Amino acid sequence: MRKFLLASAASALVGTGALAQEANIGIIFGFTGPIESLTPNMAASAELALKEVSDSGKLLDGLTLTPVRADSTCVDSAAATAAAERLVTSDNVVAIVGADCSGVTTAVANNVAVPNGVVMVSPSATSPALSSIDDNDLFFRVAPSDARQGEVLANIVKDNGHDEVAVTYTNNDYGKGLSDSFIQNYEALGGTVTINAAHEDGKGDYSAEVGALASAGGSALVVLGYADQGGVGVVRAALDTGAFDTFAFGDGMFADTLLDALGDSLEGSIGSVPWSEGEGADTFAEVAEAAGVDPSSTFTRESYDSAALIALAIQKGGEASREAVAANLLDVANEPGEKIMPGELAKALEILAEGGDVDYVGATNVELIGPGEAAGTYRDYVIEGGEYKTVQFR
Amino acid sequence: MTDVLNALVLFANFVLVPGVAYGAQLALGALGLTMIYAVLRFTNIAYGDTMAFGAMCTVFATWWLQAAGITIGPLPTALLALPAGIVGAVLLCLLFDRTVYRFYRRQKAPPVVFLIASIGVMFMTNGLVRLIIGPDDRRFADGGRFIVQAREFKEMTGLAEGLAVRSTQALTLAVAVVVVIALFWFLNRTRMGKAMRAYSDNEDLALLSGINPDRVVFWAWVIAAGLATVAGVLYGLDKSFKPFTYFQLLLPIFAAAIVGGIGNPVGAIAGGFLIAFSEVTVTYAYKRFLSYLAPDGWAPDGLVQLLSTDYKFAVSFVILVVVLLFRPTGLFRGRVI
Repeated sequence: MRKFLLASAASALVGTGALAQEANIGIIFGFTGPIESLTPNMAASAELALKEVSDSGKLLDGLTLTPVRADSTCVDSAAATAAAERLVTSDNVVAIVGADCSGVTTAVANNVAVPNGVVMVSPSATSPALSSIDDNDLFFRVAPSDARQGEVLANIVKDNGHDEVAVTYTNNDYGKGLSDSFIQNYEALGGTVTINAAHEDGKGDYSAEVGALASAGGSALVVLGYADQGGVGVVRAALDTGAFDTFAFGDGMFADTLLDALGDSLEGSIGSVPWSEGEGADTFAEVAEAAGVDPSSTFTRESYDSAALIALAIQKGGEASREAVAANLLDVANEPGEKIMPGELAKALEILAEGGDVDYVGATNVELIGPGEAAGTYRDYVIEGGEYKTVQFR
Repeated sequence: MTDVLNALVLFANFVLVPGVAYGAQLALGALGLTMIYAVLRFTNIAYGDTMAFGAMCTVFATWWLQAAGITIGPLPTALLALPAGIVGAVLLCLLFDRTVYRFYRRQKAPPVVFLIASIGVMFMTNGLVRLIIGPDDRRFADGGRFIVQAREFKEMTGLAEGLAVRSTQALTLAVAVVVVIALFWFLNRTRMGKAMRAYSDNEDLALLSGINPDRVVFWAWVIAAGLATVAGVLYGLDKSFKPFTYFQLLLPIFAAAIVGGIGNPVGAIAGGFLIAFSEVTVTYAYKRFLSYLAPDGWAPDGLVQLLSTDYKFAVSFVILVVVLLFRPTGLFRGRVI
């Protein structure tokens, strides 16, 4: 016991000694729970950006950014709040990358980030409700709001000649927000929604949901869920029973695993996914692959950009403090300034150190609008020959 | 006449066939749970993850067989790999029995202590599965996927509605029937089965008559782990293998075992089908079904859905609460929890 006390006292001393060259950045994702298969790549991407900054040695005279992971669970607001509390109080983080799912993100922002003045940059929370939370300008997101995606998807579905569709959404803040926005826009375009049914993630059986959806009918089934969760369960059951042949997918359904599992049967299905074409995305793919991270996994680009923005805001503010990040994040994200691609963070740090301006483009063409959220470009795709084919960008 | 046929096919396709398959999956799971309860007298929360562990072992064995080029025609290779999975799950259960449950058994701890201990075991198994195979979705089904496909059925019969029967659904039912017959034969005809029932009825009397409790406990775990693996693999074949869903499957399995009367094998089977069908029938939208049967112009405008699918889990739990209130022993006279 005494040894243990001595050891912890010693490590506490070392800890304080190192504080001058080190700052903690919280990474709060759902490492357990419904999206546990996506989060390892997301966290690795965010850590990749932090490592790139730290290794360059150019951040405030060689400051190192240390990632501290915490589990948001994606669904349990109380657990996420407790985890974020720990990041803010005991790990003393400068800023937080996360959270991931819209529900827990709202809880963490309201209960922890805003009261403590800590900036949160979420790579993946897309609920329209997050645009209007009372955030004291502390909440940012690199993912666009689903209010926009609903509009884009409604147009895609209508343009493909579907005038009557059934809608199913995953029963959480993300699914609800997206389905509301989709239905509102789709009906404004003159379409009819025959049924709007929720499905729970991670359940054993979706025959009941598919039965109801099939009975209501429609020329296509709009699935606003997750590709490795209830969404794929509903699609599989709908295909098996012959209830629907054509599907329209929200961004959560975009995944290679979906094609691997059901690719042949999804011929002609359509969908939308936030996308970034061009140089940024390509460079990110190279950088990520070199570091052993899978760049094609969902929200990896956004995660990298979230962490990079925090690092650049620290440099611009000249100190690793919560205030500095809050005050400078929009500056480094938007024009004017030198365009910064993934893998060029060292260059950006140099420019900022000399008093210059940067416009972080990153992997997702970051441009933060309104209350600090991405404007968003969407890829309108169709599944042909078991592959995603781009129709156009919207 | 065609309309009536269409309505029947529609009902079979969306309610009957999925309900029967899901019911068989739940029934197999509930059987194992009920065996543990009858013999060891505690509610095993770790059961869902035992299913995941057994299924995981089977997945690995299946991949090994597939890589070696061994298949069994139209049937899924996983059936061949099943024994390996069962051995894995049995070893895991026995390991936890020796290290955890035996300690409490010797202390004659009350059931609630066992229950809490099994929650700990659940988290350990849970972590173990994620550590070994990871949290991702895995497909290991091969062989023919359908017996009857919806499109073929339409062309064959000329009806407007299709009927689809997946081979895994038929397989689930067939395996469930075989396993249930074997289990009843074991419990009623063999020496060990009778010893097990005696031990379950009255432990002291059973011990006095010379029954070896260690053997009874051993076989109870073997059977429960075997049933868990079979249920887990059939479920994984029908849908896909993902550790997280097994944990979620625990709730309806519990509901099935308790509604049927926990500790009673017949009850577990009846409970499984009752829960499955109540989930599907109460939330089914009867619009299309009725529009075939109703005279022209009388087709309903609304969906004719009793409850939205959001409430499908509430349905099983309402049944559970009602049964416990009015008949605490369950439908088939199990024990009172």
